[in-house]
Amino acid sequence: MKMLNRSEILETIKMISDHHLDIRTVTMGISLTDCITDSPERTATKVYDKICSGAGRLVPVADEIAAMYGIPIVNKRVSVTPVSIVGASSGGYLEIARAMDRAADSIGIDFIGGYTALVQKGASASENAFMDTVPEALATTGKVCSSLNVASTRAGINMDAVRRAGRLIKEAAYLTRDRDGIGAAKFVAFANAVEDNPFMAGAFHGAGEADMVVNVGVSGPGVVKTALESIPDGDLSDVGETIKRTAFKITRVGQLVAKKAAEMLGASFGIVDLSLAPTPAVGDSVAAILEEIGLEQVGAHGTTAALMMLNDAVKKGGIMASQHVGGLSGAFIPVSEDAGMIAGASSGALSVEKLEAMTAVCSVGLDMIAVPGDTPEEVISAVIADEAAIGVANNKTTAVRLIPVYGKGVGDVARFGGLLGFAPIMKLNALSPLRMISRGGRIAAPVHANKN
Amino acid sequence: MKAFLTVIGTDKVGIIAAVSTLLADNGVNIEDISQTIMQGTFTMVMAVDLAGAKAEFGKLKAALEKCASDLGVEISLRHADIFNAMHKI
Repeated sequence: MKMLNRSEILETIKMISDHHLDIRTVTMGISLTDCITDSPERTATKVYDKICSGAGRLVPVADEIAAMYGIPIVNKRVSVTPVSIVGASSGGYLEIARAMDRAADSIGIDFIGGYTALVQKGASASENAFMDTVPEALATTGKVCSSLNVASTRAGINMDAVRRAGRLIKEAAYLTRDRDGIGAAKFVAFANAVEDNPFMAGAFHGAGEADMVVNVGVSGPGVVKTALESIPDGDLSDVGETIKRTAFKITRVGQLVAKKAAEMLGASFGIVDLSLAPTPAVGDSVAAILEEIGLEQVGAHGTTAALMMLNDAVKKGGIMASQHVGGLSGAFIPVSEDAGMIAGASSGALSVEKLEAMTAVCSVGLDMIAVPGDTPEEVISAVIADEAAIGVANNKTTAVRLIPVYGKGVGDVARFGGLLGFAPIMKLNALSPLRMISRGGRIAAPVHANKN
Repeated sequence: MKAFLTVIGTDKVGIIAAVSTLLADNGVNIEDISQTIMQGTFTMVMAVDLAGAKAEFGKLKAALEKCASDLGVEISLRHADIFNAMHKI
């Protein structure tokens, strides 16, 4: 065996032990289309059985791979076919949600996604009935995550769905008000949702996917920051190049783990998601990378440019490192899950408006932002509409995960625990968008959607 | 299975001897070895072949962890593929 350079070996070890390099998630996508029946009970039983048989070995396999390569695999997750489709015949959406939650507990995974409807252009009667169940599903299950796709570049923005999403976020937060509205933290409204996303809350198993697929999300903001510390005086070309080289190395590990996991689980290898996903741990922050590039604090003018460069360089480095790249693939900027973002929001350096601008150049959207509990539902809908407009016009995925925290206002802190972290309640513009949101209807697809 | 074993810690007498003995006792072949003192820290990288190992990977790791604790150093054992994936195109 050719001996690798000693410094290369030690670099890998330092990345893992000192700079938080990890596999953020191994997510197994499972098709539930063969579980559809006209009986809620039978459908729920088939859903439970399919998840347990398909992903029953996911946790032990991930643990074995983690031990073999000596790299932590932080989350083990499952995504399923949108439940609005699986339950349409029986109407037993909540039964399916409970079966998903029980299955998730049985096989020991962290989250299960796919309590989802794709309503970017319109909703059927069964999809409307499904959407009515989302707040209760979120409040009465522990691990089930939900999403709505309310817009796409090809379809435009379904403003009826946007209005509905604002309402159900408020309801989910209210039903879980004793836990700072955690129900809303498990829900995301998308524009241009992707079918192979391994990250929560928005993961679902698309209709175009194989029966069982392994998708892997890598991480490593700390590794990128550390690499940049070695070139404090480099120009921005050097900065971009360093990020690319680092992203390549990170992604190669993701590719290795994804292929191995798919092989061991008897599933298809789907994609590696090139996302820089932060955690609240010190040294695992996307904001800290932007500050290392040269900003006093995240939120300063220049933040959007730095983030655009970071996001683009991560993709350029990662694309060559993986056979199949997909999912969301970009830097995440969740507020509550990133120590630097929390600090920026707390000090006032970072506003929701600045975050919105940042989402135009990175993955994925306004994420894990706590807002006052008395925020009207139409304001939340209007935030979703603005974010969807950015996604639709720029042909990219955008998303909104806002958490209205009942009983708390600007200056208070919401605590969600674990990887979801904590967040200062941020201020939203109080001017009313009610008349626009009440109009309903659709915002037409932009002219550049017509590519055929 | 090829793997890389690293030992990092304060230099003292007998580190290589202790680790090599443990590997030999477990049927692990050392294919290459590189050792230096970097900024006062003992650093050793070994390329090893586990094809003839008597113990399974997890048990070998556990034995190495005990050895590391006795020596007061850090020892890691990882499948070679993670290093190859990262550093070879």
